[in-house]
Amino acid sequence: MPTLQGIDLTCIRGDRKLFSGVNFLLESGGLMQVQGPNGSGKTSLLRMLCGLASPAEGEIRWDGTQIRSLGGDYFGAMTYLGHLGGVKDDLTAIENLRISSALGGVDLDERKAHAALQHMGLGGRELLPAKVLSQGQRRRVTLARLLACGTVLWILDEPLTALDTSAVKLVQGLIERHLEHGGMIVMTTHQEIEIAGAAIQRLQLT
Amino acid sequence: MFFWIIRRDLLLAARRRSDVLTTLFFFIIVVSLFPLGVGPEMNMLRVMAPGVVWVAALLASMLSLGRMFSSDYLDGTLEQMLLSPQSLPLLVLGKALAHWLVTGVPLVLMAPVLGIQYDLTNDALLVLTASLLLGTPVLSLIGAIGAALTLGLRGGGVLVSLLVLPLYIPVLIFGAGAVEASTAGLGAGAHMSLLGAFLLASLVLAPWTTAVSLRISLE
Repeated sequence: MPTLQGIDLTCIRGDRKLFSGVNFLLESGGLMQVQGPNGSGKTSLLRMLCGLASPAEGEIRWDGTQIRSLGGDYFGAMTYLGHLGGVKDDLTAIENLRISSALGGVDLDERKAHAALQHMGLGGRELLPAKVLSQGQRRRVTLARLLACGTVLWILDEPLTALDTSAVKLVQGLIERHLEHGGMIVMTTHQEIEIAGAAIQRLQLT
Repeated sequence: MFFWIIRRDLLLAARRRSDVLTTLFFFIIVVSLFPLGVGPEMNMLRVMAPGVVWVAALLASMLSLGRMFSSDYLDGTLEQMLLSPQSLPLLVLGKALAHWLVTGVPLVLMAPVLGIQYDLTNDALLVLTASLLLGTPVLSLIGAIGAALTLGLRGGGVLVSLLVLPLYIPVLIFGAGAVEASTAGLGAGAHMSLLGAFLLASLVLAPWTTAVSLRISLE
């Protein structure tokens, strides 16, 4: 089973050092929650982990190999949901889901996309353009990708913002099921989240 | 995947028709202003025509460059593209192709109609259209590099024209030159071959350069 390892990671923004000497090892079935006050570099760390930014020092290894040299192989094993959901205003919920899944390398047919949206509580709203959806509903469209992606590693940046309690429960269920099946998750959240039966590591950034 | 991205961009363009129409009408108006300003001096208009149409095509295709990546950048879709297991240059090629279909092709189709205002002969109109058909994809491909480099910058719109317009010059010279050569009776073959060479070179090089620029812009 693969592992994700960070070794002596340092992040510098402008001339300010956000964090340095961050080490962690995440194994199959593990959840790492990145904590810290606003501006402590949580999003920067997640962007490094998914390969959008490179660390000023240190290295990130997937299964013992640097993610830089893995390229597309790593991207195929990882799903990143950032602050920006990647939901297009002019496309309908189902088009958004199918296109973002296709970008992630999964060709989602209409029926499966319907099922995923239904599961996220968007049944009956699949054909509405995203611009008429509420903030929370747009978030649900983004999160529906997790149902369809089939990747091992999920990197989630504040997945619970704008969600109501029932949606938070849904996401918790998704996370629990993913971990049970041997998946790995790195996430940030300011909300308390209870995950049953999982080894939760907490990474504190100051 | 390549077709997904083209389909998506065409779908988006179809839902926001105003963007497409602005570019086309800009082209039509600019080209039509010259005969009105210069007056009905047929000989002068005939000489000016290829240059005017080509310059207007450059400006019109540049007008829409800003939108090529910026909306994807703002809503986070671009991050997804960069993290896609699919090859990024291929995605970029798809986006450039969609940009050409939406902005370039209407210009090509409109050019022969507008050329009539300049009293161009049928042969010259044909050569003008053919040169635009070969040249406008180059504009989209080179423009993608500029759009990627200026992504997320303030005042990126002006910067992109400063970056990209000098690179458009060879296409302008040989595109307009093709029509002039054909009216002078020299044959447009040489100019067309050069335009074709530009197209092939930019098809190979521009998507890679754009992909690298996008990674730099998003870091």
